[in-house]
Amino acid sequence: MSILELRHLRKSFGKTEVLKDINLTMEKGQVLTLIGSSGSGKTTLLRCLNFLETPDSGEIIVNGENLLTGNASEKELRRKRLHFGLVFQSFNLFPQYTALQNVMLAKQLMAKEKPDYASNKKAINEAIEYQAHELLKKMGLADRENNYPHQLSGGQCQRVAIARALALEPDILCFDEPTSALDPELTGEVLKVIKGLAETDTTMIIVTHEMSFAHDVSDIVVFMDNGYIVEQGAPSEVMDNPKEERTRKFLSHY
Amino acid sequence: MALILEQMPIVISSLNVGFLQTLKLFFVTLIGAAPLGLVIAFGSMSSFKPLSWLCKLIVWIIRGTPLMIQLLIIYYFPGLVFGTPVWGTGESGRFFAASVSFIFNYSCYFSEIYRGGIQSVPIGQEEAGLVLGMTKRQIFFKIKLLQMIKRIVPPMSNEIITLVKDTSLARIIALQEIIWAGQAFMKGSQGISGAIWPMFFTAIYYLIFSGILTVLLSKLENKLNYFR
Repeated sequence: MSILELRHLRKSFGKTEVLKDINLTMEKGQVLTLIGSSGSGKTTLLRCLNFLETPDSGEIIVNGENLLTGNASEKELRRKRLHFGLVFQSFNLFPQYTALQNVMLAKQLMAKEKPDYASNKKAINEAIEYQAHELLKKMGLADRENNYPHQLSGGQCQRVAIARALALEPDILCFDEPTSALDPELTGEVLKVIKGLAETDTTMIIVTHEMSFAHDVSDIVVFMDNGYIVEQGAPSEVMDNPKEERTRKFLSHY
Repeated sequence: MALILEQMPIVISSLNVGFLQTLKLFFVTLIGAAPLGLVIAFGSMSSFKPLSWLCKLIVWIIRGTPLMIQLLIIYYFPGLVFGTPVWGTGESGRFFAASVSFIFNYSCYFSEIYRGGIQSVPIGQEEAGLVLGMTKRQIFFKIKLLQMIKRIVPPMSNEIITLVKDTSLARIIALQEIIWAGQAFMKGSQGISGAIWPMFFTAIYYLIFSGILTVLLSKLENKLNYFR
């Protein structure tokens, strides 16, 4: 069973159709990169997966379960969302919390809702804090745990954001142009972390303009243009031997 | 000068009584208007259009007319229409009417400050909360609220300092606040008449009180400076 399957996904904003019949499949542990020019629908697709936008029609099937089934309650929506994690272009860290608190917050709030929380408070909180320490260590930020976002560089902020998304152990981690707000030096450190995740078989969907990175890290490259998937396949096909004229034209800019 | 010194103890004890009423009106207004302002702010941001229009209409009327006229209307109008004073009689009735007027008026100003504060928190904060599986409620209380408070402290400080002095408008319905107490010595009270200096002297009360508030509010502002 594929971890993710999209069938005939469509989304319009008013009269503009942004996603036109999107179909794709990916397996657990794979890395899928979405490439294409601005306005091609890549970000909208990620936002649909994370339920920040609601598709007009189609199916989002995760581990065999179609998540797009009519009107979901807030509770249902939250459960469905948690299949996916999202790392934003602009980090969106919570400025009033330290790096560590940013990573722990969502999990703590979730733990508090569970009936067994009151009796196991201490153990649960310790486990959450331990996990956050480990994640930040993995991101190379062990010495930055107690810094507030404004005290961190852009690259460090983005790594905290990645740790924050990983804390909820999503099935699929999505990145929306994770390095577009960073200068080249900081871009490198973030890409290195993402590569590290790819090596440990984290299932990821990455929207990026870093072509050599996409080539290195991807199992599947999806080229989008004007709301359509023009071409998809292994990087050796799509990027090295594109079949479509539009793909060739796009890649010639890099 | 000697005369003033002689009159001083009488005047001060009288002004103290008046200032106590000023303080009462100040705190009652603050405690009432702070939450009511939030209700109006959410109302005017509601996606239910009639509610949002209603809130905006109220804010327009309240902000578009002088507080002094609102005081007069709220205090006298029910009595003229119903024949009986709904606010009760005497000083407690005047205080009740003044409190209602002030809370109404200030909640409208506060609501606009809140609205600005809420809307100034970037949408990315809410989206980050959503993708982390938080409820709208958790996002508001755990993420947005403090950022919003940080942004509204400076404009709220301004309004609060203005409120200190606006309480003097309640003089128009004869509320026995500090201006009323000072003025009494012009007309004649406790053997002192034609004295204008007690009126001037009230300014010192306002100055000291607003000075204390300024210090406290800037402390709060500094306290929230640990994040950006």
